Amino acid sequence: MTDSPAPHYKQPLLKTPFHERARALSQIDSFIPWAGYTTVDVFTTMEQEYFAVRNATTLYDLTPMVKYRVSGPDAVPYLNRLVTRDVAKLKPDRVAYVVWCNDAGHLIDDGTIFRLGAGEYRICTAERQIDWLLDSAIGFDVQIGEVTEQIAALAVQGPTSCAMLKAAGLRGIELLKPFEIGYFSLGEHRLTLSRTGFTGDLGYEVWMDPAAAETIWDILMAAGRSRGIRAIGSQALNMARIEAGFIMPNVDFVSAEHTIRTGRDRSPLELGLGWLVDFNKGHFTGRRALLTEKKQGSRRQLVGLDIAGNKPAHNALIYTDDGGKREIGSVTSAMWSPTCKRNIALAIVDAPHFQVGSTVWAEIYLNRELVWERRMSRAQVVERPFFVPERRRATPPAEF
Amino acid sequence: MKTPAGLDAVIVGAGHNGLVAACYLARSGLKVLVLERQPYIGGAAVSRRLYEDFTYSNCSYVCSLLRPEIIRTLELPKYGLQVIPYEGGCTMMQGGGHLALYDNHDALRREISRHSKRDAEAYDRYSRDVMRQCKFIKPLLMHEPPDPTSFKPRDLMELLYLGKRFHNLGEKRMYDTLRFWTMSAADFLDEYFESEIVKAHFAGSSIIGTALGPRSPGTAYVLLHHYMGDIDDTVGAWGFARGGMGAISNALGASFEASGGTIRSGAPVAKILVRNGRASGVALADGEEIRAPLVISNLDVRRTFLETMDAKDLPEEFLGQVKNFKIRGSSGKLNIALDGLPQFPAIPPGSPCTRGDMHVTDTIEMMERAYDDWKDGRWSRAPYIDMLIPSQIDPTMVPAGKHYMSVFVQYCPYELADGPWDAAKRQAFGDTVINTIAQHSPNFKNLILHAEIRTPWDIENEVGLTEGNIFQGELTMDQLLFNRPVPGYAQYRSPVRGVYMCGSSTHPGGGVMGAPGANAARAVLRDLGRAP
Repeated sequence: MTDSPAPHYKQPLLKTPFHERARALSQIDSFIPWAGYTTVDVFTTMEQEYFAVRNATTLYDLTPMVKYRVSGPDAVPYLNRLVTRDVAKLKPDRVAYVVWCNDAGHLIDDGTIFRLGAGEYRICTAERQIDWLLDSAIGFDVQIGEVTEQIAALAVQGPTSCAMLKAAGLRGIELLKPFEIGYFSLGEHRLTLSRTGFTGDLGYEVWMDPAAAETIWDILMAAGRSRGIRAIGSQALNMARIEAGFIMPNVDFVSAEHTIRTGRDRSPLELGLGWLVDFNKGHFTGRRALLTEKKQGSRRQLVGLDIAGNKPAHNALIYTDDGGKREIGSVTSAMWSPTCKRNIALAIVDAPHFQVGSTVWAEIYLNRELVWERRMSRAQVVERPFFVPERRRATPPAEF
Repeated sequence: MKTPAGLDAVIVGAGHNGLVAACYLARSGLKVLVLERQPYIGGAAVSRRLYEDFTYSNCSYVCSLLRPEIIRTLELPKYGLQVIPYEGGCTMMQGGGHLALYDNHDALRREISRHSKRDAEAYDRYSRDVMRQCKFIKPLLMHEPPDPTSFKPRDLMELLYLGKRFHNLGEKRMYDTLRFWTMSAADFLDEYFESEIVKAHFAGSSIIGTALGPRSPGTAYVLLHHYMGDIDDTVGAWGFARGGMGAISNALGASFEASGGTIRSGAPVAKILVRNGRASGVALADGEEIRAPLVISNLDVRRTFLETMDAKDLPEEFLGQVKNFKIRGSSGKLNIALDGLPQFPAIPPGSPCTRGDMHVTDTIEMMERAYDDWKDGRWSRAPYIDMLIPSQIDPTMVPAGKHYMSVFVQYCPYELADGPWDAAKRQAFGDTVINTIAQHSPNFKNLILHAEIRTPWDIENEVGLTEGNIFQGELTMDQLLFNRPVPGYAQYRSPVRGVYMCGSSTHPGGGVMGAPGANAARAVLRDLGRAP
């Protein structure tokens, strides 16, 4: 991994192995810190980058994603105690989206588990938590280590992503099924691909040796030239993920490891991730609390909202009525969806108003040439995701 | 400095709490006189020039706890108070390594990772838990502590408020709170960290000003007490007062005088006068008597009731409790004028961590050994020091190119096992500290132009703090909240009508916080039937 030449007290943020390539393409010098690295927020314009996700193919530098290697004879029982899903059911070369909780059934984080070999797993997650992972390992014969710096990663997402990868020389990529892991060679370089992503679209994540990073970037960029390839920053990705209904830590929930105020922790049931909780697999951390919550019902839930008008409901408070008398929640993520042509949002809403079909009201503030106006907009609780294209699952995927 | 006639209140001692109380009372329209023994005001929050053009923060040296509501209400910025943040901090290790603390979260994580990857991430959990406890305690700072044995509506309301807040913490955090208030800093830190240097660095604030070791129960709270300044989510919560700590006292003094108050310095109070069971004024050391129906003492509780009042005027049981109030001297202070910036080879070039608090105690064991020396009646042979060079940040303290170093020293006893303090012993104590620093800075000794060396005995004699205890009484659970200073008298009132306490001996305790002074003023005004 290319560390920044300056010491950490002069330059706290690391550079990813793709940094020089990103720097060259960055037109507006818009970089943001992410998990200790400096990464691109916007290359050119957020909208152009967003449409490349839905229209062509995109590269997004995923290297800062925190990665842990979990290995050893007790890897499965360990992971099964850690996360709420049944890891024993995860087949070799498959990926599972998982969440893990504390004893109170409150979410620590979400992430993905890769089954890479016998007793060999990788956890990918947004935030560092070796402290929690090691505490959870007491009594298990497992080794856990952070491998973030040893693996460079690119998300390749968009309708022409499969065609681009094929053109780049990844033979058989079209056979890779959703959540499947495949191993490919590109010249002398070995790549691991998973058909995963954060856009809700057709896409892959490419995992490689950091030393090969710039070469791979160049090959993919060249292969994608006729397929509209673009490097994208975090803002465009964020638009795509809201349409896909995915949640973000510190945006849609705060890890129970970080909350200071009481009542700010969230359970997977509250976040609409009940489908990830397997009560039949035996004990896991938070099981008892989640069972109780399941029996008694959740006090609040993260829902999708379809809001009248076209003004994004950023940070809006949610009410039962247009008079704003009874507050029942707040918006965590909001946007005008350019693809769906809907004004969508993710919001935490109190029981019983979170049922799909319920009508609630969002208090939206509009800045009209520095004059703020307040608008109460009718909103419908709707199913998420907001956008699920067929191509996301199709195997083999179409050319575009 | 005439004494005005028709005084409503006399404040004994122009420490920062006395001045805060004075400001609030004057602002509510009372005629207030502040009497100060020394020719300068400020008590332990002073800036003095003892050597050429060098300004020292002679006693207290950082500003973290001063309540923002006090700064705001008393308009201290208008009267010259500017708090400037300092950067990071570090502990230098015996073998030449170091641990630095950086403001930037990513720099800090990478720095702690050099010692333990796990600790780097455990640090977030540690900060979270400390913040959770601070969040619970913070609103109690500016409240009169409720008396749990009282049935007065006010006490019941306050207790209810306290109980509700406590209950709202949730089951798990209620347990945590009780453990936190009673456990040792060493045990507390063991629950988070594995690296000795990381634990030692954070343990420092659990022993500052405290006659306890890091393994003594109760020190986890002291650690929290020092953290309290950090919780406002505001910029500059921890910092230097520009111009030294005296800038706080001077701003308070100016604010007070602008409200019509009078300060008389060089006017030591010998006695608080009581007539018919009520305060009637004070007598100065030269025999002058000053009449006032209210006397508010900024002195510590021992000095107020055992030395400045007639025992006959006080209930016997109360006196006994005051005598038992723990107020032990355990800290010393060096103020050093330097001919240039000392080098610290352990610190990498360009690191800003020397612009914060620097330490040289790299294990908890070493800290505990330092405490053992204190118990044996001698100063620590390898003392814990909290060393800062404010002149790197504050341009007002010294001539250009020179530097001022403030060195707080833990532990140093008030009474030595081998007889009373004298000049030779004071110098030997100072040499111990200077040699300790010199072990980490080869050019340090050559830079020293002047050093003010203050033992607990000196601090008692100059500042008036009993035994030189910087908190006016230990911050242990038996002396906090409704037990501070004495059960039944935790609401700033004394057994004698018209006599109040406003020093750090009262809730919420020491540090340049101003909360005791503000709370005391509110109690006085409430008794007068005036709106605070």
